[in-house]
Amino acid sequence: MNVVVLIKQVPDTTNVRIDRKTNNLVREGVPSVINPDCMHALELAAQLKEKHNATVYVITMGPPQAINALKDAISFGLDEAVLLSDRAFAGADTLATTYTLYKGIKKIEEKIGKIDIVLAGRQAADGDTGQVGPGVATRLGYSLAAYVTSIEKIEKDEIILTRRLDRGYEKVRVKIPCVLTVTPELNEPRYASLPNLIRSLRYQPIVWNKDDINADPKKAGFFGSPTRVVNTNIPPARKGGDIISKNESPEIAAQKLLDELKKFESIRLIEGLRVLVGDKK
Amino acid sequence: MRKIFVFVERVDGEAHPVSWELLGKARELANNLEESEVWAIVLGKECENVCKEAISRGADKVLYVKNDQLVEYVNYKYKKVLVDIVRKYEPEIFLIGATLEGRELAGMVATELETGLTADCTGLDILPDKKLLAMTRPTFGGNLMATIMCPEHRPQMATVRPGVMRELPPDPNRKGEVIVEEYSIPEMEKFIEILEAVPLSVKSNLAYAPVVVAGGKGVGGPEGFEKLRELANLLGGEIGASRAAVKAGWISDEYQVGQTGKTIHPVLYIACGISGAIQHVVGIKESEIIVAINTDENAPIFDVADIGIVGDLHAVVPAITSKLKAMKGEVRK
Ligand SMILES: Cc1cc2nc3c(=O)[nH]c(=O)nc-3n(C[C@H](O)[C@H](O)[C@H](O)COP(=O)(O)OP(=O)(O)OC[C@H]3O[C@@H](n4cnc5c(N)ncnc54)[C@H](O)[C@@H]3O)c2cc1C
Ligand SMILES: Cc1cc2nc3c(=O)[nH]c(=O)nc-3n(C[C@H](O)[C@H](O)[C@H](O)COP(=O)(O)OP(=O)(O)OC[C@H]3O[C@@H](n4cnc5c(N)ncnc54)[C@H](O)[C@@H]3O)c2cc1C
Repeated sequence: MNVVVLIKQVPDTTNVRIDRKTNNLVREGVPSVINPDCMHALELAAQLKEKHNATVYVITMGPPQAINALKDAISFGLDEAVLLSDRAFAGADTLATTYTLYKGIKKIEEKIGKIDIVLAGRQAADGDTGQVGPGVATRLGYSLAAYVTSIEKIEKDEIILTRRLDRGYEKVRVKIPCVLTVTPELNEPRYASLPNLIRSLRYQPIVWNKDDINADPKKAGFFGSPTRVVNTNIPPARKGGDIISKNESPEIAAQKLLDELKKFESIRLIEGLRVLVGDKK
Repeated sequence: MRKIFVFVERVDGEAHPVSWELLGKARELANNLEESEVWAIVLGKECENVCKEAISRGADKVLYVKNDQLVEYVNYKYKKVLVDIVRKYEPEIFLIGATLEGRELAGMVATELETGLTADCTGLDILPDKKLLAMTRPTFGGNLMATIMCPEHRPQMATVRPGVMRELPPDPNRKGEVIVEEYSIPEMEKFIEILEAVPLSVKSNLAYAPVVVAGGKGVGGPEGFEKLRELANLLGGEIGASRAAVKAGWISDEYQVGQTGKTIHPVLYIACGISGAIQHVVGIKESEIIVAINTDENAPIFDVADIGIVGDLHAVVPAITSKLKAMKGEVRK
């Protein structure tokens, strides 16, 4: 069984930096971690390695410093890690991102044979679109199950799993080859064992540029992106009002609150508060 | 005619409310885009009532792809149909609700069509000079608003967050046309097959409640939420919770508000025993009125609350409930 895990390195802080020229995120110089959802994909991959003897490759598209995320990922006891890095990949929206990842997966396939399962996180903490998993599945022509919460059974050509939708959970049979996007409900990521930790420190990820994966520069990065971020702004913080009651008796506090609420026109929209404004309905 | 497509998400015979919100918004966009019309896309069978309602909610045309195989949402079949009808009718704009299903489906469709897709939008406008759709979305957990356009590829696609746009009240006199699309689904590999649908054991109405009474770590246990529930019921609202309360196992995660929970914008939000962490506040900051009840006058929640009460929620919340009950009793007399 051959497995590829897609991981993304994301900024650790809420410190957002944007390049005003391209209006893109500047990742260099900001402390980074593996995207939280991806940790659960890595854990699942480690389990597939243990239980199904899977060969697992981890892949990310990003700047050179994303090497660190790959080294951390290797500490899950996985086989190899690949960084897709090239100027031509920068400024990608999800369509261009999935193109580059697709080309990277195809290149891995040349080395180890047909990829059975591709794992991704449900969504990234920064870009937060949740579109990369569905996009990669579509490009590969694989089946897709997004939002996986538990896995019942993995067989040679199918997986029985449960996934989360808005209206509830859904148990499905998914044909292999497939792409799964996973949620935090699925598992608890492990702590690395000492040997795996040591290996990850020494490990040097494979680095591929656009020529290595035979990527068409018109389809990757900024030029391959149909969307343009035309403007970004940080919304003003909400300004609060006053503390109207401090450690008074509950009755007084409650009365003050109701009196205060009367000053807001919008409470007329609330059935249960119409009594306050003398509306008898 | 420029077509604005709206995907009508449907469970059994009923449309998801976000579909009507999108039709309301599409109507407004159509008013600002010359020679345009709003098309509702309905997949399934026995959807005649949904089609009718779509017209009363603002659609000029309803494209009804009637097929037995489309009764349930199965991602690869829905993708195939949507890709084919987009290729046939060439809409300018295609809007899909940003539910979990919608985001999965839109991601597949946009990739196959090789067009742009903006995720989870909270604002949509037409730029009059360029006739382009400007799509605004929160990123970084609501800390950064980004406006995105798709200048050259068509359709311009967006998923739109439920509960943000305003639906139009149904107008039974509105005129529109239902086009029943003859469509047979080609033989395909069975990529995914639904074995069982497991409905949620609790179903919260958080996203649409006009009042949310929420509790955090300060509530102290599952019983504490009963007091909040009583006030919420009296106000015709719903209860909510911080992640700390959910993690403590006091309440189901269906009720969690915030970055990793639901984003809500009720008229009135009452935060009881919630400190006001940034990840919580991003989920409530669009509320009309925020009330905070907390024993610690330095809690950050007071920085965003319109009305602050320093006090013990276990005493203050029941006092509010009984005051309101008394007032209602008087009115009835
Ligand atoms: C402010 C802002 C807003 C944006 N809005 C949009 C938008 O609306 N539409 C759009 O198309 N693009 C958008 N982008 C661009 C988008 O963030 C990038 O294309 C990004 O590379 C992938 O999208 P994501 O972060 O949303 O990932 P998601 O789809 O949320 O990530 C889900 C999973 O996909 C995998 N994955 C994601 N990125 C990578 C990667 N680089 N390498 C390996 N695996 C990965 C991981 O497993 C991850 O857990 C935006 C960017 C910014 C800065
Ligand atoms: C990636 C990430 C995502 C997150 N997502 C979310 C999210 O979606 N939603 C969310 O809520 N959090 C989220 N969090 C967690 C968040 O950072 C806080 O830890 C959490 O919101 C704290 O919950 P709390 O306010 O209930 O608890 P605490 O911070 O412990 O606050 C309890 C408050 O109750 C007050 N109190 C105690 N007793 C009483 C009493 N008797 N009467 C009145 N007041 C009392 C205390 O003064 C205190 O202010 C996230 C964190 C991370 C890192």
